[in-house]
Amino acid sequence: MEELLKIENLTVGIASPAGKVQAVRDVSLELHPGEVLAIVGESGCGKSILCKTIMKLLPKSAKIEGGKIIANGVDITDYADKDMRRLRGKLFSMIFQDPMTALNPTIPIGKQIAEAIAIHEPKLSKEKVYNRVIELMELVGIKQPHERYKLYPYNFSGGMRQRSVMAIALAANPKILLADEPTTALDVTIQAQILDLLRQIQTKLGTATILVSHDLGVVARCADRVAIMYAGRIVEIGTAEEVYYDPRHPYTWGLMQSLPALNKGAKELKTIPGMPPTLIDPPKGDAFACRNEYALEIDYLEQPPMFRITDTHYAATWLLDPRAPKIDSPMGGMGHV
Amino acid sequence: MSEILLDVQRLSHVFKLGKYAVIKAVDDVSFQMKKGEIFGLVGESGSGKSTVARCIMNVYKPAAGKILYNGIDVCDSRAFRKHRKMLESSRQIIFQDSTSSLNQRMTVEKIIAEPMSIHHIKPPRGSLRAEAEFQLSYVGMDSSYLDKYPTELSGGQRQRVAIARALSMEPELLVADEPVASLDVSIQAQIINLLRHCNEQHGCSILFIAHDLSMVEYLCNRVGVMYHGKLVEVAPTAALYANPQHPYTKALLSAIPVPDPIAERNRSHIDFDETAFDREGTMVEIAPGHWVLRKEDSQ
Ligand SMILES: Nc1ncnc2c1ncn2[C@@H]1O[C@H](COP(=O)(O)OP(=O)(O)OP(=O)(O)O)[C@@H](O)[C@H]1O
Ligand SMILES: Nc1ncnc2c1ncn2[C@@H]1O[C@H](COP(=O)(O)OP(=O)(O)OP(=O)(O)O)[C@@H](O)[C@H]1O
Ligand code: SF4
Ligand SMILES: [Mg+2]
Ligand SMILES: [Mg+2]
Repeated sequence: MEELLKIENLTVGIASPAGKVQAVRDVSLELHPGEVLAIVGESGCGKSILCKTIMKLLPKSAKIEGGKIIANGVDITDYADKDMRRLRGKLFSMIFQDPMTALNPTIPIGKQIAEAIAIHEPKLSKEKVYNRVIELMELVGIKQPHERYKLYPYNFSGGMRQRSVMAIALAANPKILLADEPTTALDVTIQAQILDLLRQIQTKLGTATILVSHDLGVVARCADRVAIMYAGRIVEIGTAEEVYYDPRHPYTWGLMQSLPALNKGAKELKTIPGMPPTLIDPPKGDAFACRNEYALEIDYLEQPPMFRITDTHYAATWLLDPRAPKIDSPMGGMGHV
Repeated sequence: MSEILLDVQRLSHVFKLGKYAVIKAVDDVSFQMKKGEIFGLVGESGSGKSTVARCIMNVYKPAAGKILYNGIDVCDSRAFRKHRKMLESSRQIIFQDSTSSLNQRMTVEKIIAEPMSIHHIKPPRGSLRAEAEFQLSYVGMDSSYLDKYPTELSGGQRQRVAIARALSMEPELLVADEPVASLDVSIQAQIINLLRHCNEQHGCSILFIAHDLSMVEYLCNRVGVMYHGKLVEVAPTAALYANPQHPYTKALLSAIPVPDPIAERNRSHIDFDETAFDREGTMVEIAPGHWVLRKEDSQ
């Protein structure tokens, strides 16, 4: 299958007074039509910056330092904001982590959705636009859309704001949807509805989605493939089944073991010892080494390559080197709950 | 009987929607929190959880009802003025939307130390900077972040700064509105352990608002469920999860996502028919401490 989006060895640095933050380091991935690729990882590991790099919405202090972004067969790595403007909305659309910054607080919600429609279909009559707004609001589950059309973002609950952001993102039927924590603000019943909605749109329009989420339950529900990110790098990638039932990277083990579902009755939740490294001067070798009880000497010296486990499953840990000692996953495979 | 810390009595709050419509964001909600308790508030998004939290913290003045904190009626402006200092330092809130609640012009150090300097608290660790660094380390961030501004942080880092700020005051009541939703599971676990530690070691009572129902099950002693501005069920955690009574609670608990792709994809949820929701009725105690919203004459 032809990939919609291909990222090759992407590296992004952000200048800051304390030094350069290496937010994205040598990331490669592919996205195929109709699939959901979830990105899971430590807070601050670069997930949002990765999405913003693809959308070309980086802060001025940030710079692509290496690698390529190929969208729909076209190399867009050096596209300027002006070139991107044509692509945003129609080819790409992004749902931001923080719905408040995505919405303009001074414009009513309905009008903001209408504007998103009008950008892509300027010839549509006022009435048709209005009807489409109502349709989109209903699609994302905003009740009483006619009454709420004129409300401002601050009148909405956290959940409803996020649904408005969804409606705006979907206004032009994008091919690639970058969804940064789209459902964290929602209750689980609506979460399930929105994820199912994402899935439906996916199958109906062949949209491909990159879903950034911390919630391993949410990811389990709708991801075809999962990438685990740590300190700016992808450390494991595979189909959802592979990553959940047969995780290979010690960081993935640590994440899965922190889940309350696996700590029922425990006095403390299991955590990963230590802190994530700052990305200003990331450690040599495997950035996770100092928190990894299984770390080998080489982990501190040399960055592990991506080892192939299957054609779809890769992980960057020296434990997969044939010379490494055999270690049984502490997960014992999560099995089917 | 343990002492009551917070007594919310028949709380209601409305918002105007344009000229004619109003939203009953909170409709006749009553519950109590004992000293030292962790009380979970869950429910539909838009059901009024944050509004309840904001009323408790004097951000909104409720349309009706009473909120007693340590016996003080916090909505009574005279009582509030009289106890202002105590109320402002012993109650802390972590807002749902940490981005907009942090002052964008202040560095992380200033943000965390601000409540202490406002209340002229002598920093136990020497300087305000040392204090900020200490609190920051508890939420898993090191001193390299002290001089950053909120815009230079990731979503989860901002949230942790908000948590560090609230905990620096060692509050007696912590209102935590979705404190961990934006954090990865390992840091979530770290923060949850920290909240539990504050609760056990310092007797800090916590009103924990969250959508993550497995986290609520793990952390909370009792849980209240809200739907459309109403509190529909309150029960000790184990009883609620084992034996949910209200149809909305049943639907909600059935939708908890599990970290298992095959099980999750093939699972169907119990639907809750919104039109079947009956706002009338009163809280009926069906088992000790287990209350559910019901019409008196049904059953
Ligand atoms: N404008 C900026 N200036 C300097 N550093 C920044 C800036 N924006 C982000 N960073 C840093 O870059 C790193 C990656 O940030 P990013 O927002 O991508 O994290 P994330 O993976 O999305 O985290 P979260 O899950 O908490 O949202 C973080 O360590 C953050 O502190
Ligand atoms: N400032 C406001 N003006 C008008 N309506 C508001 C305002 N704040 C909240 N509302 C409305 O009040 C209701 C309750 O909102 P609230 O934020 O308390 O819900 P919530 O339970 O915290 O939801 P979520 O889980 O999505 O955060 C919602 O219908 C919301 O649209
Ligand atoms: S609760 Fe724990 S972390 Fe917070 S101040 Fe007390 S001892 Fe320190
Ligand atoms: Mg982010
Ligand atoms: Mg809320």
